[in-house]
Amino acid sequence: MIFEFLPNVVFVFLLLTAAVIFTKNILKIKNNIKLGKVIDRNDKKAERWKNMARIALGQSKMVKRPIAGLLHVVVYVGFLVINIELLEIIVDGIFGTHRIFAPFLGGFYDVLIATFEVFAFLVLIAVVVFWMRRNVIRLNRFWKKEMKGWPKLDADLILYFEIVLMSLFLMMNGADYYIQTNFPEAIHYQQAGSFPISQYLSSLFSGMSLDSIVLVERTAWWMHIVGIFIFLNYLYYSKHLHILLAFPNTYFANLNAKGGFANNPSVIAEVKLMLDPDADPYAVPEESSDEPDKFGASDVMDLNRVQLLNAYTCTECGRCTSECPANQTGKMLSPRKIMMDTRDRLTEVGDNIQKNKGVFVPDGKQLLNDYISPEELWACTSCNACVETCPIDIDPLSIIMSMRQYLVMEESAAPTDLNNMMGNIENNGAPWPFNQQDRNNWVEDL
Amino acid sequence: MIKVPTLAELTAEGKTPEILFWVGCAGSFDERAKKITKAFVKLLHNTGVSYAVLGAEESCTGDPAKRSGNEFLFQMQAVTNIEVLNGYGVKKIVTACPHCFNTLKNEYPELGGTYEVVHHTQLLKELLDYGKLTIETGTYKGKKITFHDPCYLGRANNVYEAPRELIKKLDAELVEMKNCKAKGLCCGAGGAQMFKEPEQGAKDINIERTEQALEVKPDIIAAACPFCNTMMTDGIKNKEKEGEVPVLDIAELIANAKDL
Repeated sequence: MIFEFLPNVVFVFLLLTAAVIFTKNILKIKNNIKLGKVIDRNDKKAERWKNMARIALGQSKMVKRPIAGLLHVVVYVGFLVINIELLEIIVDGIFGTHRIFAPFLGGFYDVLIATFEVFAFLVLIAVVVFWMRRNVIRLNRFWKKEMKGWPKLDADLILYFEIVLMSLFLMMNGADYYIQTNFPEAIHYQQAGSFPISQYLSSLFSGMSLDSIVLVERTAWWMHIVGIFIFLNYLYYSKHLHILLAFPNTYFANLNAKGGFANNPSVIAEVKLMLDPDADPYAVPEESSDEPDKFGASDVMDLNRVQLLNAYTCTECGRCTSECPANQTGKMLSPRKIMMDTRDRLTEVGDNIQKNKGVFVPDGKQLLNDYISPEELWACTSCNACVETCPIDIDPLSIIMSMRQYLVMEESAAPTDLNNMMGNIENNGAPWPFNQQDRNNWVEDL
Repeated sequence: MIKVPTLAELTAEGKTPEILFWVGCAGSFDERAKKITKAFVKLLHNTGVSYAVLGAEESCTGDPAKRSGNEFLFQMQAVTNIEVLNGYGVKKIVTACPHCFNTLKNEYPELGGTYEVVHHTQLLKELLDYGKLTIETGTYKGKKITFHDPCYLGRANNVYEAPRELIKKLDAELVEMKNCKAKGLCCGAGGAQMFKEPEQGAKDINIERTEQALEVKPDIIAAACPFCNTMMTDGIKNKEKEGEVPVLDIAELIANAKDL
């Protein structure tokens, strides 16, 4: 009978479709990140793994704000743990089996299912609290300018997804448990699992026929797994990508002292040439087909790959913005917006390239001005509060500095006061107009 | 009368000091910061540390240029300074400015200038540990002192404890602001903001920070950076508290307590 295998065929088809679309989207992200400049972050491998284990896996920076931190740990551990169950669901789906792991795991299977249920319940509570923090308590950082429209909807949708998925999971278990205990003749529903949470759903099913309860169980099972496939492919369009990218992001994070800003390599080359006594000042520059290096960044292609990975990893939690002294005192700058703008522009550039068969066709836009204004960039005090607080080691400050470099070195567009200050340094070696010869005058009245 | 030796003089006499005191632009020219420089030099003399300054051979590290985005000017400054420092064979540098400290320590090595760089609070702590520096407890006994973490000392370089331990040794009561150490709020001067007007906003950052400091009702606000010192002093003036709550560098606190 061909119809006997219809569910298996449908399942495999959905599984493959979800996997193919997901892979395509991940490759798109990878290609977009590769539009950035190469930066060597392959040193100190042991320290990098440790950083990833501590910060991404261990959530060490997340819990610095204990309430949000602990709730997040619940959702995160729940996600990891319930993924084990996902494995069984996929095997069952492909082969038409039911709770295939149960016979192999014996008593341990009961422990597993019970753990999944407890976590599903805790995740439900945590997610409801998260929703309330956003929509009832209305924490300030979730209601900043840059959160209007899609970012706000995105954040809520993720929470709704999780509520629905966890509810379906518990519903499927509850129906299963009821069948197991009340219809021993339904041998497909073997006695397996322990259901500390979903057993309380039993009253929903009392009086229903076996067929109806099986229908509930199957519907919940299918909706749960299809929901997961959809959620998986929703990631690409969402800030929720952090569940994957937090890991490479913490691995490739800057490990040096935060105060040490990278020395721009194109400038190093230029300065070396200028100070080289053997350099011939009249030499014709070497013929090169490439455009000369741009100093600093005016668009996403000028940024490095770690900066672009940072942009995709940002989950818009806004801790950076809430710690930013400029933002706290009402300036336009929001480090979170820097990351969101970078990501949105990168997506736009990536789509442009895809549409035009691998070449970027100028669209008259760039990251600077069209997304990020000079006013935002000049408000930064480079205090590193945003970098320090980011739970997954994103560095908005480095993007701000790259863009300031472009403004100053390519466009000479610094605020007048700063131009004066730089003129002073150039002429007399101090940011103020004092004579360098007077530098030691303070010793006079000691 | 204290004679401050320059590296050029000592080198001419065939002497090599243990440590170079990098005074910095603020420490050399700014009226308020010069007092910090002098207090620190008095402590250096008092402890008998062998040191020298560069005098007129010192030039801006390039920090404000780099933070403004002028990487070119920064690197020109760095290369010039490194030539001077390497020419004298400098091994160890101390500075009372966290911006100079950070730049010399973290940004010069790649450009050819590798030195052991310490902040003056770290050196003072070291001298205390070796018994070369004694801290008198009379003047500030029982006074409430709050410490404002400079971003370029704290978050930028993870130095949180040296200044605090020195304050505690004054027998003063160290009171922490709600935002301290890694969560310390910037004074508003970093990133070359010191040299420009702030962007449009609801409030100036130094006022916000001063309010946080005044919340803990301190007798003194301790600073460890000439720029933070200016910003906090301005904040205190704005709140009309200049007679009541002085803003003092840690070197000044220790020197005052020793009546130097």
